[in-house]
Amino acid sequence: MWDYVKLIALGLIAVLAAIAANFARDLAYQVNAITVMLAAAITFVVLLRGVGEPKIVNKNEYLDGVVRAGVIATAFWGVVGFLVGVVIASQLAWPWLNFEFLQGIGNFGRLRPLHTSAVIFAFGGNALICTAFYVVQRTCATRLWGGNLAWFVFWGWNLMIILAASSYVLGGSQAKEYAEPAWHIDIWITIVWVAFLAVYAGTVMQRKEPHIYVANWFYLGFIITIAMLHIVNNMAIPVSIFGSTSVQVTGGVQDAMIQWWYGHNAVGFFLTAGFLGMMYYFVPKQAERPVYSYKLSIIHFWALIFLYIWAGPHHLHYSALPEWASTLGMVFSIILWMPSWGGMINGLMTLSGAWDKLRTDPVLRMMVVALGFYGMATFEGPMMSIKSVNSLSHYTDWTIGHVHSGALGWNGLITFGALYYLTPRLWNRERLYSLALVSWHFWLATIGIVLYASALWVSGIMEGLMWREVDANGFLVNAFADTVGAKYPMNVVRTLGGLLYMGGALIMCWNLWMTVRGQEAKAPVNANNAIPAA
Amino acid sequence: MSILDKHKKIETHATLLMVLAFIVVAIGGLVQIVPLFYLENTIEKVEGVRPYTPLELAGAQVYKNEGCYNCHTQMIRPMRDEVTRYGHYSLAVESMYDKPHQWGSKRTGPDLARVGGRYSDEWHVDHFTDAKQVVPESLMPPYGFLKNKVIDGRYIADSLKASRIVGIPYTNEMIENAQADFLAQANPDADSSGLEARYGEAAFGRAVNVRNFDGSPKITEMDALIAYMQVLGTMVDFSTFTPDPTR
Repeated sequence: MWDYVKLIALGLIAVLAAIAANFARDLAYQVNAITVMLAAAITFVVLLRGVGEPKIVNKNEYLDGVVRAGVIATAFWGVVGFLVGVVIASQLAWPWLNFEFLQGIGNFGRLRPLHTSAVIFAFGGNALICTAFYVVQRTCATRLWGGNLAWFVFWGWNLMIILAASSYVLGGSQAKEYAEPAWHIDIWITIVWVAFLAVYAGTVMQRKEPHIYVANWFYLGFIITIAMLHIVNNMAIPVSIFGSTSVQVTGGVQDAMIQWWYGHNAVGFFLTAGFLGMMYYFVPKQAERPVYSYKLSIIHFWALIFLYIWAGPHHLHYSALPEWASTLGMVFSIILWMPSWGGMINGLMTLSGAWDKLRTDPVLRMMVVALGFYGMATFEGPMMSIKSVNSLSHYTDWTIGHVHSGALGWNGLITFGALYYLTPRLWNRERLYSLALVSWHFWLATIGIVLYASALWVSGIMEGLMWREVDANGFLVNAFADTVGAKYPMNVVRTLGGLLYMGGALIMCWNLWMTVRGQEAKAPVNANNAIPAA
Repeated sequence: MSILDKHKKIETHATLLMVLAFIVVAIGGLVQIVPLFYLENTIEKVEGVRPYTPLELAGAQVYKNEGCYNCHTQMIRPMRDEVTRYGHYSLAVESMYDKPHQWGSKRTGPDLARVGGRYSDEWHVDHFTDAKQVVPESLMPPYGFLKNKVIDGRYIADSLKASRIVGIPYTNEMIENAQADFLAQANPDADSSGLEARYGEAAFGRAVNVRNFDGSPKITEMDALIAYMQVLGTMVDFSTFTPDPTR
């Protein structure tokens, strides 16, 4: 019965999408509608073929298929995101790479949202969803709640990525940084996200452990907060139900405040709280040590989520935002340094008594260096939020460099560590294909980050100083174009840094692929699949 | 550390944990965002700031869809170099009808908040087509293709209607004449008196730019984008208005 309801719903969606494609007012919307139609049709066929087949579900096993799919998606989108990053970095060094014949499709302005969304929401999002599903089952000793709803979250999220990516390159951006998807994609994100929350909270509620493990606090905090941020920041009235364009409910100063309340907390919750959930599970596991301090965890969690949300207005110093708001943003950003480092210390000190493993275990080394970059970025951030520093750094490459120390160093490396941890266990292999390749990945990534970050420190501070330089008579010394020309060598170095980082990720993909292709372990690795008896 | 021992209550109760977490993350935003909607000095009271004309609105849409905000800001800070380079610092009132705002965060290219009237239309056409021709150091991608994208304002009234729902003061008359105004602004031979009456000197103290912006016979996205460029930062007359520095 339930299958027939699903089939009818999918059929209806396919027909409605076909109608929408027919009446579409812009190309981005039309391609989105066709994509939805195809997705519904494929799901329809898959479902139809399974109707009447007996469904075997082993309730005594964790639901790991969706985690395996998530590991593959994470690695895939990671490489795609890094590649687009290398392309747009090259466009800054060699602008002729914005090819005229592509009629705008390959222009920097359309590819840059593709890069940010691919790395944050596709690579980061898939990493968060799959590790969340893995961690919550293990720490609650129970199977994922909601049956195949977890699969809906996975496919729904990845469909969203395809819709958003194709929409950007065809000119469907709604022009809110890090929230570029058009209104119809935003609605879909909301539906998928609510399903994610339901699966996650449902699993936590049916846990067999009395206590909720700290990693789950962070994952829950991240899921709830992102829901709030996404809905408020994307309130818009569509111009027509058959087009991508919409008008934002808020404008000007209020919209700027909401935008950076969202934007900074996409960093604070998507890229920090969620990844800290990852850290609190995988670092202790890989080091085979308990978390350093339980009490520090409590302080870390509540202080971090309370303080982060205030930090947004530091993106709007000296703007038309009232000064009281920007001062609040600065003050809270500086206070935020403390819980950030509290978390870093909690992670690093987890290695107490296991520091020797850094010599032999490149995966652990990766996770520890990720924490190091986290500490560096969370020191640099508060410093840049100080108004006098910000007056120099704002609008320059320094900001981009700062984001990349955090994103490549912290989010990237901790994710790679988690993938290296997960792959042998999920596919029941005794070990990774090659630890030497992990070392290669580690060094390529680290050198890549260092090149990237230092190039942009130099370029950012240089352009900030060049913009403000005046001569003895009070005239500006440099035309704007002079500062653009002066950045050429740094733009080349940043491209090189990105290439090294991407090279490392490709080596990882090869290593993971060979691990999966290897022989199955004779005994199950770490009692991998079975849920422990209550 | 007895207070931390009480944490057991929270961490053994999923609903309590989620509700408390939500309350804790809601506070910061409430304090920073809500007052901006009712504190009277958030936005200055200045004459002259008007909703975009239909053609300018279409140009703003091109600006958004092409992702111009990735490299250009529209927010001049009150610092000596910025005021010298770009003009008077930006006021909140000047972007109140930008939904979403386009303040931006990165200057790979220069600020555009006051680019209106600074360059000729021809300069803009050349610059959009091949920026290196006019600025050798420029990194800007080519936008010549916009000149081939013919637009007729078929749906522009819907954009005005949606804008009115969110509080942009388009009148019934503006909405009814949206397409006519759209076509009139890019055609110097057409009768643009209605457009001028609705958006121009009589209503807002400044004449509407009416001309063939891209120099080609058809109305294109290039016309719309240049019409938008040419109005940026021109609405407030700083010869008669001095903002309150203590705001």
